[in-house]
Amino acid sequence: MSVKTLKIDGKDIAIESGTTVLQAAKENGVAIPTLCHLDGVSDVGACRLCLVEVAGSNKLLPACVTEVAEGMDIQTNTPKLQQYRKMTVELLFAEGNHVCAVCVANGNCELQDMAVLVGMDHSRFPYQFPDRPVDVSHEQFGIDHNRCILCTRCVRVCDEIEGAHVWDVAQRGENCFIVSGLNQPWGEVDACTSCGKCVDACPTGAIFRKGSTTGEKERDRAKLEFLVTAREQHQWTR
Amino acid sequence: MDKIRFATVWLAGCSGCHMSFLDLDEWLIELAQQVDVVFSPVGSDIKVYPEHVDVCLVEGGVANQDNLELLLQVRRQTKLLISFGDCAVTANVPAMRNMLDGAEAVLKRTYLELADYTPQLPHEPGIVPELLDQVVPVHQVVPVDIYMPGCPPPADRIRATLEPLLRGEMPVMEGRDMIKFG
Repeated sequence: MSVKTLKIDGKDIAIESGTTVLQAAKENGVAIPTLCHLDGVSDVGACRLCLVEVAGSNKLLPACVTEVAEGMDIQTNTPKLQQYRKMTVELLFAEGNHVCAVCVANGNCELQDMAVLVGMDHSRFPYQFPDRPVDVSHEQFGIDHNRCILCTRCVRVCDEIEGAHVWDVAQRGENCFIVSGLNQPWGEVDACTSCGKCVDACPTGAIFRKGSTTGEKERDRAKLEFLVTAREQHQWTR
Repeated sequence: MDKIRFATVWLAGCSGCHMSFLDLDEWLIELAQQVDVVFSPVGSDIKVYPEHVDVCLVEGGVANQDNLELLLQVRRQTKLLISFGDCAVTANVPAMRNMLDGAEAVLKRTYLELADYTPQLPHEPGIVPELLDQVVPVHQVVPVDIYMPGCPPPADRIRATLEPLLRGEMPVMEGRDMIKFG
């Protein structure tokens, strides 16, 4: 095992090579905000909240997909990064139709929590009010694209843990959306095993159990961790 | 020192923020001792927004011509404007009609397509205010001094926002207790 030594927020750290900056920070008690990261599945750097400053680089780097390197000097919470994170969350709110007051995830939403964390009291960007559909064709679940932030956790959890790959990302740019099957209604996708992992993985109220109303969404995140631990370490405990 | 001239206005919202304001219960008596309530749907019977207001809580988004005119008047005649609640800050539920592509489509959907009896579009100039094409948050129309999100903002949040102002200080709008949406 080779070890890299680096600095995170001025603290000297030695950690196994191949580790991500996000993981290294977490193991050393430095919390970096994330929305698209989900323990147990691969990282994609979609949400841009975990951006960090690395000395010698004029680019901000996403901590979740940046591997540690020898001699790195990383800052995770500078005023510049705080500004960018706040702006990112404001953009997420302005881009979709996030009406907390009538959302299943109200009070239990990672986007709502993130807004508090970054200190957003309003969005400086004009709301786009995109016309997005709601698909409730599945027997047990629904997906409300208005509430989706395109973190792709559902895509990854379905592909990498359940192995069904019901979800993917269609289109480009502002037209991007989470697509089920071959752009079919969710209820008609044969590959779906109705396991509900996407419901547990979704940070917002975009994917929900039918019948749950405002503020009623609950997630069993421990189920995902249990499955990953079982698979990787052959320990069936929770 | 003169008393603070205090107002509240109600634009496109459900009045839930004003109900939450009334939830201040006995603190309302303290507030009433320290301010002059010069305009408020729940605190006075004055119909015309007065000059030289010090602090105004603005509930609701901007959805029609009346909302727009009142808001412009409030901004001209008020020192400190507080965007009060999610509808004021984000346009919230009233803005869920924005996806229907303009006021005409909204009116047709509501008064013609969904009408059970005598479908007709409301048209009473000077009585029924015209809808704006889009419902927008307050800060998209006029500058805002303090944002107080929440649907509704809980009474404790309203008190924690107003109390510093009574002492001549600005409130710190940070943390879950002060800025959580929804």
